[in-house]
Amino acid sequence: MAAISLAPTFDTRPLDSKSAVPKAEARKLNFFYGSFRALKDLDLTVHENCVTALIGPSGCGKSTFLRCFNRMHDLYPGNRYECEIRLFPDDTNLLAPGVDPIEVRMRLSMVFQKPNPFPKSIFENVAYGLRVRGERSRRALEDKVEDALRGAALWDEVKNRLQDLAFNLSGGQQQRLCIARALATDPEILLFDEPTSALDPIATASIEELITDLKKKVTILIVTHNMQQAARVSDFTAYMYLGELIEFGLTDQLFIKPKNKQTEDYITGRFG
Amino acid sequence: MSAVPGEIPAAPQSAAMTARLAYRRSRILREKAIELLLFLAALVSVFTTVGIVYVLIKESVVFFQHVPLLDFLTDTQWTPLFDDAHFGILVLLSGTLTSSLVALSIAIPLGTLIAIYLSEFAPFTVREVAKPFLELLGGVPTIIYGYFALLFVTPLLQWFYPELPGFNLLSAGIVMGIMIIPYVASISEDAMRAVPMSLREGSYAMGATRFQTAVKVVVPAAFSGIAAAYILGISRAVGETMILAVAAGMQPNLTMNPLEPAATITAYIVQVALGDLPHGSIGYQTIFAAGLTLMLVTLAFNIAGHVLRKSFREAY
Amino acid sequence: MAYARDRREIRALIASHKRWDLCFGLLGLLALMVGVLTFVALFVDMAIDGVPRLTLDFFTSFPSRRPAQAGILSAWVGSCLVMLVTAAFAVPLGVAAGVYLEEYAPKNWVTDVIEINITNLAGVPSIVYGLLALGLFVYQFGFGQSILSAGLTLALLILPVVIVATREAIRAIPQGIREGAYALGGTQWQVCRDHIIPYSSAGILTGVIIGMARAIGETAPVITIGALTFIAFLPPAPLKPELPFVSFDWVMSPFSVMPIQMFNWTSRPEAAFHQNAAAAGFVLVLMTLAMNGLAIWLRYRLRKNIKW
Repeated sequence: MAAISLAPTFDTRPLDSKSAVPKAEARKLNFFYGSFRALKDLDLTVHENCVTALIGPSGCGKSTFLRCFNRMHDLYPGNRYECEIRLFPDDTNLLAPGVDPIEVRMRLSMVFQKPNPFPKSIFENVAYGLRVRGERSRRALEDKVEDALRGAALWDEVKNRLQDLAFNLSGGQQQRLCIARALATDPEILLFDEPTSALDPIATASIEELITDLKKKVTILIVTHNMQQAARVSDFTAYMYLGELIEFGLTDQLFIKPKNKQTEDYITGRFG
Repeated sequence: MSAVPGEIPAAPQSAAMTARLAYRRSRILREKAIELLLFLAALVSVFTTVGIVYVLIKESVVFFQHVPLLDFLTDTQWTPLFDDAHFGILVLLSGTLTSSLVALSIAIPLGTLIAIYLSEFAPFTVREVAKPFLELLGGVPTIIYGYFALLFVTPLLQWFYPELPGFNLLSAGIVMGIMIIPYVASISEDAMRAVPMSLREGSYAMGATRFQTAVKVVVPAAFSGIAAAYILGISRAVGETMILAVAAGMQPNLTMNPLEPAATITAYIVQVALGDLPHGSIGYQTIFAAGLTLMLVTLAFNIAGHVLRKSFREAY
Repeated sequence: MAYARDRREIRALIASHKRWDLCFGLLGLLALMVGVLTFVALFVDMAIDGVPRLTLDFFTSFPSRRPAQAGILSAWVGSCLVMLVTAAFAVPLGVAAGVYLEEYAPKNWVTDVIEINITNLAGVPSIVYGLLALGLFVYQFGFGQSILSAGLTLALLILPVVIVATREAIRAIPQGIREGAYALGGTQWQVCRDHIIPYSSAGILTGVIIGMARAIGETAPVITIGALTFIAFLPPAPLKPELPFVSFDWVMSPFSVMPIQMFNWTSRPEAAFHQNAAAAGFVLVLMTLAMNGLAIWLRYRLRKNIKW
């Protein structure tokens, strides 16, 4: 079995799976686009303060799965969830019909593939989530915006031009702004949907470094089409194929000694 | 046969070759001629503008030889056909302005509301029915709206306010406003639909509702298109003729009170055209001077709209 | 309100936001209703007053000082003839200009000037076209107050509509088809004549119908050039019994059109004439609705059928 060069540049201290506390759990999750079954009986645990990565070839359903967590599919007609995603510590089923998707989205935050800053100033972009939650006090907003921008490693670059339009930032800076925007509301889980696929390698590296930092404060679930990124950044990895979860485990284990032949084929590049 | 080494010897010209070359030459000529014809067709638009400018200026120049520009701009009476003739364009401008203000106070709020509703709230079926309907509404001939204003809206308003004169700027303004709603709504809605879904998803992912997303993210993002829609609405209101000619009366009246009858620039031109004015008389020239004023006003708005669009062009 | 931390506060906040959502949805619907109500009121009002008046006599009589005997014969015949002239000028000029701008025009200042002009002309009030026609066509060129002047004026008026529709229809044709045609050795004009124009013809037709629907209802420019509001005769017939069998005398004849007839009757104080106006208006609205409806239906069919 070929070993792939992991070349860990960041601290990916392997975790003992016993000391990891579950933050969210998908149980037998099925998802339908109309009559097409896109996700089949997914069972996956997302652990607190860890980075869990979803990998797999195009069309395997990893983004679909991610978007189930914050009920993004509810925005479009014809979609249907079956069974549950449970969020701890209060053990709520995020997909229950009685649960308000807006409330779910207030608890989880998402960073998208292509940076999507609003046509507002840098300050207003980060403050947006706070304003939606009813924060009015100028002082509190300024403090939280600064915290979020620091957390996204963007503060030093923009502290003197907070009123500038967000569009004037570079691609990497815009993505970090979106991360700051997502952080500002203290989410319970931070969802990343291929966050670096639209960025150049230098920006990508800075965001990966950021993610490794952030996991100390917040639980992260990241979808990536780049296996090496998953290997660099995540503690747990799930390999998906055609809507099914093929294998899930500690990243080091999955990449060095995958239990499933399909996983091994994908990781060693026998098919893409 | 060529004597220079290296040069390709010229083949003797056969009959077929000559024919082919001649065909090629005529084909090139034909293509050029067709291109020229098409180009001339495209130039017609330029000729139209030149024609408009020429006609308006030619007659206005003669007009301003009789009437000083200052009088034209500041006189408070417009009585061009009396013996003691006054030529104050302000009188007609006041009619245009008042009726346009009434119209826009209806068209802009309702049009924007409808646009936001159709773009962000309405289910698919409602939108598919509402958009063609709005198009039909905007395609109704303005004379019909004029009839409606005079013979339906005015009596209706008089039921609430019996002192309302039979000709008044209010009915005309209201009906004009409703007529302009489809223009404002459809252009604003197109601008809002052009905002990429990723921006909306970013907002929804933060826990925002449809209303919050629409008002805080989509509308600011579509601002230049919406501004263009408003400018178009203003242009339309200022240039409208028949509704005002029928329902507001054609009596020049310097007023900003919509409850009175008044003549707009456009209604005045119609009034003169309905009568019999000999070509070359001062009365004939007044309509061109009035038309020139109208052109300048609409041109100013069109340019403002163009500048607005350029400076707020969001690159997606 | 302080930053909502616990579950209950968040739920209350979301509930209040959702109330805004509901309010706004209702407001939007109400605003739409204003348009719907106006349209219905307009239509029903004219139908109630006008339909009883719609007899065969109405369509075959000339206007008269007695309302009961007045009819729209000269008006609708005039409208048809003017529309003929309008289409005869607007369609070739508009399509040719659209084809030039999309297929031939180089990217230089001349093209820019043309495009700016077209955009600008779309925003010029229709009465200014009337003034242009009065000064230029009626007097300078000497066409007089005739069907020709009216047709030319309306053609210029709807030219931007036809040009824009042509351009958009042409733009929808994928580049691959053009390249295929050129690769077979076609000249630019051959490609246009055999491919571009036929494939975009449905879109062009939609634009032409919309333009004509607009032209048929235009009153202001036609009044300005001096269409008569009371004519008791028809323009000379286009067909003659003797050689050369086709006559163009009608082109230079005085005339009236439907919207002007309606305007004339609306402006009279007698209620009986208002009834005539309602009848004429009803016919006019039906005509424009039918044309616009046809264009919308065509566009809908286009979107469904053409799968490039």
